[in-house]
Amino acid sequence: MSFLDRSRTIAGPGFNRWMVPPAALCVHLCIGQAYAFSVFNKPMTKLLGISQSTAPASWQTNLDWVQSLPNDWTIPALGWIFSIAIFFLGVSSAVFGRWVEEGGPRRAMFTAALCWAGGFFLSAIGVYAHQLWLVYVGYGFIGGIALGIGYISPVSTLIKWFPDRPGMATGMAIMGFGGGAFIASPLSVWLMHQFTTTTHVGVAETFIVLGIIYFIWMLVGSMIVRVPAPGWKPEGYTPPVQATKLITTSDVFVYDSYKTPQFWLIWLILCLNVTAGIGVLGQASLMSQEMFPGRITPVAAAGFVGLMSLFNMGGRFFWASTSDYIGRKNTYFIFMVLGFVLYCLVPHTGTIGSVSAFVICFLIIISMYGGGFSTVPAYLKDMFGTRYVGAIHGLLLTAWSAAGIFGPVIVNYLREYNLAHGVPKAQAYNNTMYIMAGLLVIGFICNLMVKAVNSRFHMKPEDGALATAAEAGAAMAARLSGKPASA
Amino acid sequence: MTTQSQESTAAVKLLLAWAFVGIPLIWGVVQTAINASKLFH
Repeated sequence: MSFLDRSRTIAGPGFNRWMVPPAALCVHLCIGQAYAFSVFNKPMTKLLGISQSTAPASWQTNLDWVQSLPNDWTIPALGWIFSIAIFFLGVSSAVFGRWVEEGGPRRAMFTAALCWAGGFFLSAIGVYAHQLWLVYVGYGFIGGIALGIGYISPVSTLIKWFPDRPGMATGMAIMGFGGGAFIASPLSVWLMHQFTTTTHVGVAETFIVLGIIYFIWMLVGSMIVRVPAPGWKPEGYTPPVQATKLITTSDVFVYDSYKTPQFWLIWLILCLNVTAGIGVLGQASLMSQEMFPGRITPVAAAGFVGLMSLFNMGGRFFWASTSDYIGRKNTYFIFMVLGFVLYCLVPHTGTIGSVSAFVICFLIIISMYGGGFSTVPAYLKDMFGTRYVGAIHGLLLTAWSAAGIFGPVIVNYLREYNLAHGVPKAQAYNNTMYIMAGLLVIGFICNLMVKAVNSRFHMKPEDGALATAAEAGAAMAARLSGKPASA
Repeated sequence: MTTQSQESTAAVKLLLAWAFVGIPLIWGVVQTAINASKLFH
C-alpha cells in the first residue's frame, strides 16, 4: 500500500510541526491502555460464575469432580496476559526497530493499529469461547507487538521535527502512554457496565468496542503524521556544526550501537531507574496501608495510586522538557541522587508516622520513574544521532522488560521474607527501600561513566549522503506523480 | 487571500488534531483526579 510509504509522508512547505505531537498521542494514548488492563481481571474471573468465580480453591484442585467442571480463570492465570504483552513489547521494539525507522512512521502506526485492534478482537473470541490461550495470543502476543511498534513509531519523527527541543517532543508522546490508562480505565468500566446482564459478563463486547475505537483513533494518527523534508529545520534554528562534549552531530548505525559501552550503560541506567519505580508502583496501595495501618484506608490508598499515576504522567513531560535545558546526563543524575535520598527517607516517614511526607516522597519518586522513560530517547539522540534513534530506542526497551521482572520480584520476595522472619508489617518494606536506593547508586556510577561515543562507530559521510539522496528522490517522485505527500 | 485562507485552514486542522487527543485526555485526568481526591478525605 503506497500511501503508507515514507515518501508519501514527507511534509510539504508550510506544514505546521505542531501537528505531529497529536499524531503521536493518537497512538500512545491507545496503547497506554495496557496500564489499565487490570480493570478486566476481576470480571474475567467471573465469566462462568457471573456473580462469583467458579475457580476451585487450591485445596480442591486435586479432586476429580472439581476437575470435571468448567472452571473460571484465576487471577494468577490472568496476570500472565499483561506480563506476556510487556515481554513482547520489549522483543518487538528490538526486532522491528530498524523496519520502523526505514519504513517510516505511517506504516509503523498503521501496523500497530492493525495489531492492537486485532489483538482485542482475538481476545474477545477467547473470552467468548472461554479459551484463555486465545487471550494470551491475542492481547499478549499480537497486542504486545502493537505495543512495541507503536511505542517507538513516532520517536525519531518527533526528534527530527523538534531538533531544538527533542526532550519536550518525545516527552509529550511518552506522556500519552502514561495517560492512556486514564481514558481506558473509566471507559472500560463504563462499557462493561453497559454490556453486563444478570446472566452475562460483558468483557468480550467491551474488547470489541475498544478494538474498534482504538483502530479508528490510531488510524487518524497514522494519517496526520508527517516526516520533515530532507534538510528541513525550524525557523531561526541553527543546528550545531560541531559536536559538543555529550551531543554528537554524527549518526551511529542501529546494529553498531549495541557494540558501544554507552548503549549498555544507558540500558543499565534505564533498567535500574525503572526497577526502582516499577517495584513500588505495583505495591503502592498495599504498602501505604501496611505502613500506616488505620490511617490510610483502602479507599484512600486507591486515591493515592491515582495520584501516583498523575505524577507518573506529568513527570514524563516535566523531566523530559527540563532535560532540554539542563542536559540528559544531569537529569539522570537528579533521578539517581534525589531518588536515593527519597528512598532512604521513606522508612523514616513510617517511623515518625507522617503520611504527607510518605506521599510526597513517592509522588516525586514516581515522577522520576516516568521521567526516566521519556528522557531516554533524547539521551540516545545525543549519543547516537538522529538517524536510527527510534530503532536504538527499540533495542533499549528490553531494559524495561528486564525491569518488569526484577522490580516486582525484589519487592514481593523481600516483603515475604521479612514477614516470614517476624518483621512487623509496618517495617516490612524498609529493606526494600534501601535496596532500591542501592540500585540508584549503581545507576549513578553508570551515568557518571557515560562519555561521547567513539568516532569509529559513526556512520561514514557517504552512508548518510546516500540515504539523504534516496529520501530526496522519493519526495520528488511523490510530487511528480501528482500525489503530494502533504495531502 | 489564498495564503490567508490556507493559514486559517491549517489553524483549524491543528485545533481539531489537538482537540481529538486533548479532550479525552483531560476527561481521563479529571476522572483520575476525582478518585485521587479520596486520599485527602
